[in-house]
Amino acid sequence: MILVIAEQDAGRPTALSLEARAVARATATAAGLPLEAVELDRDGAPPGDRAAALGRLIAVRRPLAVIGPGSDSATELLAHVAARAGLPLAANITALDVGGSGAGRPLQLTRQRWGGTLLEDATIEAGPALFTVAPHAVAAEPVGTAPEPLPVSLDVDGVAGDGLVRLVERVPMGTEGVALEAAPVVVGGGRGVGSAEAFGMLDELARLLGGTVGVSRAVTSAGWRPHREQVGQTGARIAPDLYIACGISGAVQHIVGCRGAKRILAINTDPDAPMVAAADWAVIGDLHALLPPLLEAIRDTR
Amino acid sequence: MNVLVCVKRVPATGGRVTLTPDARAIDTSLLGFTTSPHEECAVEEAARLVEAGGGTSTVLTLGPEAAIEQLRDAMAVGIERAVLLETDGTEWGPAATAAAIADAVRARESADGEPFGLLLFGNEAADSADYQVGVRVAVALDRPCVTGVKRLDVGAGAVRAWRERDGAWDVYEMPLPAVVTVREGINLPRYPSVPGRLRARRKDVERAPARRVPVADAVLTRLRLPAQAEHRVEILGTGPEAVPPVVEVLRQLGLVGR
Ligand SMILES: Cc1cc2nc3c(=O)[nH]c(=O)nc-3n(C[C@H](O)[C@H](O)[C@H](O)COP(=O)(O)OP(=O)(O)OC[C@H]3O[C@@H](n4cnc5c(N)ncnc54)[C@H](O)[C@@H]3O)c2cc1C
Repeated sequence: MILVIAEQDAGRPTALSLEARAVARATATAAGLPLEAVELDRDGAPPGDRAAALGRLIAVRRPLAVIGPGSDSATELLAHVAARAGLPLAANITALDVGGSGAGRPLQLTRQRWGGTLLEDATIEAGPALFTVAPHAVAAEPVGTAPEPLPVSLDVDGVAGDGLVRLVERVPMGTEGVALEAAPVVVGGGRGVGSAEAFGMLDELARLLGGTVGVSRAVTSAGWRPHREQVGQTGARIAPDLYIACGISGAVQHIVGCRGAKRILAINTDPDAPMVAAADWAVIGDLHALLPPLLEAIRDTR
Repeated sequence: MNVLVCVKRVPATGGRVTLTPDARAIDTSLLGFTTSPHEECAVEEAARLVEAGGGTSTVLTLGPEAAIEQLRDAMAVGIERAVLLETDGTEWGPAATAAAIADAVRARESADGEPFGLLLFGNEAADSADYQVGVRVAVALDRPCVTGVKRLDVGAGAVRAWRERDGAWDVYEMPLPAVVTVREGINLPRYPSVPGRLRARRKDVERAPARRVPVADAVLTRLRLPAQAEHRVEILGTGPEAVPPVVEVLRQLGLVGR
């Protein structure tokens, strides 16, 4: 049996859960195994009780693989289950082959490293083993296109979670403006912008285009802009219609954050910068010379 | 309160990644190394907690002898003690790493006669991104744990850990001793001062062989670079004369008017 974790928001599976279901379905189908699902509310509850209950379920039902979405909550939950039960956990897989029903063959998996810059092929000696599916790396299973996995209920009665972690408050974040992850246009700024003050031009460009500003790690490390604006492996993953990358070299850790952009316009003095190679359009020149007349020209179109 | 922060040495890759001929590792012959970014913030957090509240700070890494560089980086920003759990340089899986760290924590705590109030980890390492070492150590030591933390408020005997979910904060409370895995953004790490660097160079690093217990981890067979779509860039110009073609692009995309 293959067990998939389905996280629910307001009674509907999350997008990441449908991605996990796609991988779980492919794995189960290839191996001729039944697919079952545990539904969990994505409500911020600490993982203690659920981890204990899921561990008990795995001990009883012995699924060959437990596959969860690559959300923070499911990853934390599966890490607890793996630790308590002494099972392996491979995070951020994109494919899994369990090698035929109960054949006792090693499990073959492919997973992401470096935020998806690299793929790793790996084996796990034997199931049960736990997995999370890399976010936005596989197509989600469209709802209603395949039979629903058999629901398995998670029984938290009589389990002993650690009981020590309590969710005590939910506090609004109070950020205004366009959210980076959902922005249709992101104006990116890197070290080449040169100062916190010079970001005024990028703010203005973003405002004129109905977008928001995103930055490289060089910029947050310098303290020019807050970390919540960082794009990349340790920042936000963006997917705008247009990303305008100003003075950003395009290190692999930055590219993994912006490769979801439909189009990229790079502005860079260096024609050999990786950001230029990754772009659809580029201006090879000084952003400080280009942006002021560009802002003026855009204002003139209104 | 005594704080232990665990870090990982990773290659400082830049614009391109090349693999070794056997495709089992990144070719680091032309690369420097750094501390994984989330852990760099964990180090800063440990230094601040001890500066504000007293106690001792210790940095630990499991890795090759060369990882002493990362321990010294942490000492350069104020961490007092350093422990190297030395490996032969091969990569350890997350379960094996966590078991060895939990072991070392037990040994240290019994030598010190008191537990670390907080064990800090990065949420996930930059290279392997296993998302589990901190949790496994917490479970092995039977301590509460919150992952993905971007704000930490330490009170008497308890800690509040803040993390984001859907554009708002979930705030958790747990008693000490506890384990926290942090994310970049929890603070802005300071640059080490020159005197700090010099002091760090003179400090001792405690070294012990990492103890490897048999555990089930995924075993790497090979690395691959993902296939890249064939793709061409159109150069629009080199200076202000590029303004009209840029505006034309914006027009095509429907972002500016006629
Ligand atoms: C483990 C790890 C994780 C990381 N995570 C992230 C992450 O999440 N996000 C991230 O962004 N980085 C991340 N980094 C850092 C990354 O490797 C790069 O160091 C960083 O992205 C560089 O930022 P930059 O492009 O702004 O600066 P640089 O690399 O210094 O590039 C500046 C660019 O600006 C150009 N330039 C200079 N002056 C001008 C001008 N006047 N006009 C036009 N162009 C100009 C230069 O030609 C150059 O291409 C990470 C690194 C590591 C090791």
